[in-house]
Amino acid sequence: PCAGPVESKNEAAMSELVPEPRQKPVVPMKPMGINANLLGYIGIDTIIEQMRKKTMKTGFDFNIMVVGQSGLGKSTLVNTLFKSQVSRKSSGWNREEKIPKTVEIKAIGHVIEEGGVKMKLTVIDTPGFGDQINNENCWEPIEKYINEQYEKFLKEEVNIARKKRIPDTRVHCCLYFISPTGHSLRPLDLEFMKHLSKVVNIIPVIAKADTMTLEEKIEFKQRVRKELEVNGIEFYPQKEFDEDLEDKTENDKIRQESMPFAVVGSDKEYQVNGKRVLGRKTPWGIIEVENLTHCEFALLRDFVIRTHLQDLKEVTHNIHYETYRAKRLNDNGGLPPMTAETEENHESNL
Amino acid sequence: QQNDGYRSLSLSGHVGFDSLPDQLVNKSIKQGFCFNILCIGETGTGKSTLIDSLFNTSFDDPVSTHFQQNVRLRAQTYELQESNVRLKLTIVNTVGFGDQINKEDSYQPIVDYIDAQFEAYLQEELKIKRSLFSYHDTRIHVCLYFILPTGHSLKTLDLLTMKSLDSKVNIIPIIGKADSISKSELQKFKKKLMSELAGNDVQIYQFPTDDETVSQINTIMNGHLPFAVVGSTEEVKIGNKMVKARQYPWGIVQVENENHCDFVKLREMLICTNMEDLREQTHARHYELYRRCRLEEMGFRDIGPENKPVSLQEAYEAKRHDFYLELQRKEEEMRQQFVQRVKEKEAILKEAEQQIHTKFEHLMLMHQEEKLKLEKKRKVLEDEMAMFNNKRASAELLQTQAFVSTPVVSLKRDKDRK
Repeated sequence: PCAGPVESKNEAAMSELVPEPRQKPVVPMKPMGINANLLGYIGIDTIIEQMRKKTMKTGFDFNIMVVGQSGLGKSTLVNTLFKSQVSRKSSGWNREEKIPKTVEIKAIGHVIEEGGVKMKLTVIDTPGFGDQINNENCWEPIEKYINEQYEKFLKEEVNIARKKRIPDTRVHCCLYFISPTGHSLRPLDLEFMKHLSKVVNIIPVIAKADTMTLEEKIEFKQRVRKELEVNGIEFYPQKEFDEDLEDKTENDKIRQESMPFAVVGSDKEYQVNGKRVLGRKTPWGIIEVENLTHCEFALLRDFVIRTHLQDLKEVTHNIHYETYRAKRLNDNGGLPPMTAETEENHESNL
Repeated sequence: QQNDGYRSLSLSGHVGFDSLPDQLVNKSIKQGFCFNILCIGETGTGKSTLIDSLFNTSFDDPVSTHFQQNVRLRAQTYELQESNVRLKLTIVNTVGFGDQINKEDSYQPIVDYIDAQFEAYLQEELKIKRSLFSYHDTRIHVCLYFILPTGHSLKTLDLLTMKSLDSKVNIIPIIGKADSISKSELQKFKKKLMSELAGNDVQIYQFPTDDETVSQINTIMNGHLPFAVVGSTEEVKIGNKMVKARQYPWGIVQVENENHCDFVKLREMLICTNMEDLREQTHARHYELYRRCRLEEMGFRDIGPENKPVSLQEAYEAKRHDFYLELQRKEEEMRQQFVQRVKEKEAILKEAEQQIHTKFEHLMLMHQEEKLKLEKKRKVLEDEMAMFNNKRASAELLQTQAFVSTPVVSLKRDKDRK
């Protein structure tokens, strides 16, 4: 039951797809701010606990995509990140299997729990990326998938009777695996990141970093950062979304020194100095994955999971999704006059 | 939370996403929180004093008189801070509620105000370029409804008002100035009020009981509704402490003494336990209902003709198309009207021009005639002047001649002349 004045016409003016405002009541709509001094404890700060409890109850969604040529250790890295078999490792293309003609998108979801926090984690794999002879436009299926998730969310959001919690399948984070050539970025890398950095948060990582010495690593990272900057590629965390000075200083350090993270992944444990550690055994020693002197896996893990996970989701929701939505609503409604053909086109867009 | 068919995996070590709630909470702390309270009650039921007591401060609210023409709502926002939590608190007061002789329209301004806040949020949500995460939420999260401690039953006005609001806002009924009613009467009064509310199917806010940590206390509190409160900003010394109280000749009513009134319970429920739930219910239930009604009012449907699901977007586009056609039609109409008006004006002007022309010609004619007449007159005058001059000239001539010649001759001349 809706009380209140009923519009005389149903088709009210829709200048911006906005319903016509009702008669304004006799009260000022924007109240003014007055600072009040507090004496004695009230209990306002308990809202933090209340909020925490509610979020623990509802749980979290997180969708991470991995992109890179096969053999760069994508699945292993994701499994190491989440300490479980969230991604099935491909064993390469055997003779019976055919290399897929195009990039495939495979999304696998699992529920993991830690410390009372339930997370629905979806790992989106992109087998076939960069594996063909002609890799032109191989980012297109990936961009299409990302936009499809935005579209799904938009469709739900725009319903009249909406779900209490819209299922979130949007890609929150895209790990792009750079081959550790030691030279520079490949044209494919640049093309992909140029196109996709505008629609999704891209975190570039240097894969299989155990093939580079410390000096080689530093040089390579510098060169990669330079190349990304020269090509105008804004990877996550993007400079323009730093909320305040605190964020900026923290993120500047990560952008200019740590990224791209040079990582090594492993799901095997070895005994080192009396401790069981994840590592890779080689004739010349054991590479400890979580040892910061050996590789930057721990930095990546802390960055993606322990400090910036919520921010990755928020940037996706508040910025990438909003950009998609605005473009979508504008494209479909703002072009007069509507002829019969444009009407047809619009239907096919939907 | 169901797993929706996802497999559960166990972790072989510490990953670290258990910090997620902290990450989320930290972001909220950075942004700050909003809480909006609407106080409805007749003048003098102790609304302002209670709010002052609840938030331990004296909000600058002038005392109102009983002589308001109609019900007005006055909203004021305050920024409060406790440890690292910043709260934007908005208190909306009803001024003049129940004071009119004819109370028929008393609750309409309140309903309109609540709807207006929903509308503002909806408008923002429907914008193409929107900024919801920085939107100052003015939607009312809780309505404290003050009932006079008469000890009898609910007033008709109270029932009507609460009924018109119960699907729009979380209502917590409160018995104001509860120190004017005795404990035994109070219990009876509370029972009567609750049964009347239930009997009239008024949906008041129920403290949530689904979370084990708070379900017990919330259930108990639900049984104490409506809260009988006393407010005071004055302090009285009891023992060696200064407490908020009201001092009477027969004793001191302590605001924060649970034996004296339910103030502590109200504060506990409203702020410390359920503030977040109140906000969530407002957004997930009341706002969604408003939005649904409003969109349906505008003619949008989720299911179109032939029961095929219609996306809001398709409906938007169809409406936009219709609107555009209507716009074109109106434009054409206006243009036609304009052309018509111009023609008419032109005709009028032409007519006026004609008239002026004829008048002009007529005047010209008259002017010519006058001119001729005057010419004639001038001619006549000139002739007369000429004749007169001739006469004068000859007269002067004669006169000079007369002086020179003999008188006889002049006489002769004179005679001749005569």
